[in-house]
Amino acid sequence: MANRTSRTRGGDAPLSSARNPNPAAAGLPEADADEVLVGRTVTINRPRQELYDFWRDFRNLPTFMENIEDVTILDGNRSHWVVTGPADSTVEWDSVITEDVPGECIAWSSVAGASVPNSGRIEFRDSSNGRGTEVTVTIAYEPPAGSVGKLFARIFRREPNIQARHELRRFKQLMETGEIPTSEPPFAAPRDEE
Amino acid sequence: MRALTWQGKHDVRVETVPDPEIVNPRDAIIRITSTAICGSDVHLYDHYIPGMKKGDVLGHEFMGEVVEVGSGNQKLKIGQRVVVPFVIACGNCFFCRKQQFAACDNSNPAEKTDASELAYGYPMAAAFGYSHLTGGYAGGQAEYARVPYADIGPIVIPEGIDDDKVLFLSDILPTGWMAAVNCDIEPGDVVAVWGCGPVGLFAVQSALILGAHRVIAIDHHPRRLELAKSLGAEIIDFEQVRVREALSEMTGGIGPDACIDAVGMESHGMSADNLLDHVKVKTFMATDRVHALRQVILGVRKGGRISIPGVYGGVADKFPIGALMEKGLQIKSGQTHVQKFMPELLKLILDGRIDTTFLISHRLDLESAPEGYRNFKEKQNEYTKVVLKPRHTRH
Repeated sequence: MANRTSRTRGGDAPLSSARNPNPAAAGLPEADADEVLVGRTVTINRPRQELYDFWRDFRNLPTFMENIEDVTILDGNRSHWVVTGPADSTVEWDSVITEDVPGECIAWSSVAGASVPNSGRIEFRDSSNGRGTEVTVTIAYEPPAGSVGKLFARIFRREPNIQARHELRRFKQLMETGEIPTSEPPFAAPRDEE
Repeated sequence: MRALTWQGKHDVRVETVPDPEIVNPRDAIIRITSTAICGSDVHLYDHYIPGMKKGDVLGHEFMGEVVEVGSGNQKLKIGQRVVVPFVIACGNCFFCRKQQFAACDNSNPAEKTDASELAYGYPMAAAFGYSHLTGGYAGGQAEYARVPYADIGPIVIPEGIDDDKVLFLSDILPTGWMAAVNCDIEPGDVVAVWGCGPVGLFAVQSALILGAHRVIAIDHHPRRLELAKSLGAEIIDFEQVRVREALSEMTGGIGPDACIDAVGMESHGMSADNLLDHVKVKTFMATDRVHALRQVILGVRKGGRISIPGVYGGVADKFPIGALMEKGLQIKSGQTHVQKFMPELLKLILDGRIDTTFLISHRLDLESAPEGYRNFKEKQNEYTKVVLKPRHTRH
């Protein structure tokens, strides 16, 4: 449980809240100090194992991650990711699981040669005060250069941290309420569009 | 369907918009039979609340008949009459389990949460027809509304009970009730209520039911003061009387034990602080005018309690923090946990202990809603509450 010991120098706060986070210290495989680190914790009022099981089947991820078009399981540890971009473009890469503790944590990393090298880790911990499961997602990626970099920036549209927290929030909404709330017009929220 | 849409400051129009549909399993579609204009709709009308988009359907006080339910909704049945709470709450999250429904962690769509997280530290729950900060959900001043988490929010109304008797369970009655609950009323207490709009009047009624010894109501509209008096309050017209001196004299120099700010961000009055606030709001140096809240903090007794149901959205200038600390005051506030209070309030209505119909001054066709908004804002003395009735001509 590398992330539990990956604290900031400023006390007990996790590394993702550091003013200058260093991904290499976050317990992420292959991560180095040049990468961007994003992280977020939410409490989800469901059992730890149920949350782990849902996430561990990567094919479920597109239901709450709006940019992921498809995840194909290649074998027990490897999967192929297709992420949608603007104008029907896509970015694809293979990812390998680097750590898997049932009910506790999953870590993954893109394999060598990915256009956007990235790695991530999700941890599931029982809340110490009985409020459900504390879920922490940490993602590190190498900010890409050139045209792929521009594409990637457009895929994530906003600051990646905002994207990550929206997706974690949708995961929480789906797990707690069984659905993802929406007010998208025209039928979810009819409005008089110009 | 026909619906009241926001087009800009002081510009609302009834337009034809798409009918709502079931989107999520726990949704229901309600055919609206009665819907009201709320004082907080006037904040939207005056464009004091950010996050509005042209074309948004307004309205968060509504009731009607269930005409469609989603596949995951095990509670509601087609044909039932329901009142819908203005707060949208999931019933499953940490906050809903604590019955803090107005703090629901799930009802606001993720992509709508950034602004309130930035402004307030954590994202707010969703509400109907009340800007994209609180979800961007279409409101109920329309023929139909889609109600998310409809297995948690709407309360079923027994047959034979008029809409007028129960419509205000959607917002203003629980809001007035929670305002009084937040006063932690003890035997012998004197409670002062600033603002005799709908929430203030229901707070007067609620404080007396909850055991207040006396209630003093403050406003300047004669008709509204008259209504407060008819509910059992003593009254103060702030245009005729120096309020703080009056409250002190009327309580033997001690001051009211608890004070309620049922005014919020658009205080009236010609005092220097209010005029300064007005200039600052107009020039965007501050967002909220807090004249009533200052009066409340100075007016309450030492060690007293303050309850703020009045709506504020931003930051305030000249907030009397010294009086708050030195007098040892307690403050409770917040959007109303409507779902928590609906069942007990419905029972009080059915038992005849609470009447809400006295408040309704005008009943209009939905098509006349723009006129209703204008008059509710400009003729506050006569227009105490406007109820709109959709015509449903096409169905």
